[in-house]
Amino acid sequence: MARMKFLCDAERCIECNGCVTACKQEHEIPWGVNRRRVVTINDGVPGERSISVACMHCSDAPCMAVCPVDCFYKTEEGIVLHDKDLCIGCGYCFYACPFGAPQFPQAGAFGVRGKMDKCTFCAGGPEKDMSDAEFKKYGRNRLAEGKLPACAEMCSTKALLGGDGDVLSDIYRERVVNRGKGGDVWGWATAYGRPDAPKQPPAPKGKS
Amino acid sequence: MSRTPIVVLGVLAAVALAACGERPQVITYKQGTYQGKPDTPPYSNPPFNGNQTEWEKTLTARNQNQNEYKRTR
Repeated sequence: MARMKFLCDAERCIECNGCVTACKQEHEIPWGVNRRRVVTINDGVPGERSISVACMHCSDAPCMAVCPVDCFYKTEEGIVLHDKDLCIGCGYCFYACPFGAPQFPQAGAFGVRGKMDKCTFCAGGPEKDMSDAEFKKYGRNRLAEGKLPACAEMCSTKALLGGDGDVLSDIYRERVVNRGKGGDVWGWATAYGRPDAPKQPPAPKGKS
Repeated sequence: MSRTPIVVLGVLAAVALAACGERPQVITYKQGTYQGKPDTPPYSNPPFNGNQTEWEKTLTARNQNQNEYKRTR
């Protein structure tokens, strides 16, 4: 299997927040934590679009790079997960993430930050699969049940796709060919790079 | 016979050996590598029981359910 990815088709998203609700319900996410949310771009002007945003499980995840306790790891399927037993809730990952994915529940009085919580691609975490401990810390492990993320499977217009990156690309390509527009996928270049992008030409030599 | 020296010796031995059973509570830190608990692959448990091919097949089938062009044909 190739690499697990999310894809949000801005031409299709109707801002129903079904993905947000599905995520909250599936993992029993506490109040104040939003692993997924719907964002409006160009609000109120022509060309307004909505997109569903969560952790994109980046190829070169900046959260992994900045974590001072190295609590992040990447699975064989390219899913970025973390060990909550190690997390110290410092918030560095939040500042590094281009998608604002890491969430911090309030852990006590005076607004003390708790351990980081984020989208797991419905793949749980470093606990026994489908155990109570895994559910309490990371939410349900749908991948171990042979299912895809709840948000993507719940999406009514199939704007949000989740799963094998190659399959998602094929689905999206077919859509774009059929409708003849909307070829840009929001966030993909940031999350997964753009391997076919032309390289920067070398700087001209000489006096600057 | 007085028991005092035995009691004193016992107490001294207990104090002297008090930390011998202590386990290190700080992990050995290796910068840049994952420090947490190991995770198992998602197909290692029932219903897949380690059958990666079956798991991939199931996920690919579900993936295709997201393509309504195929579903409606």
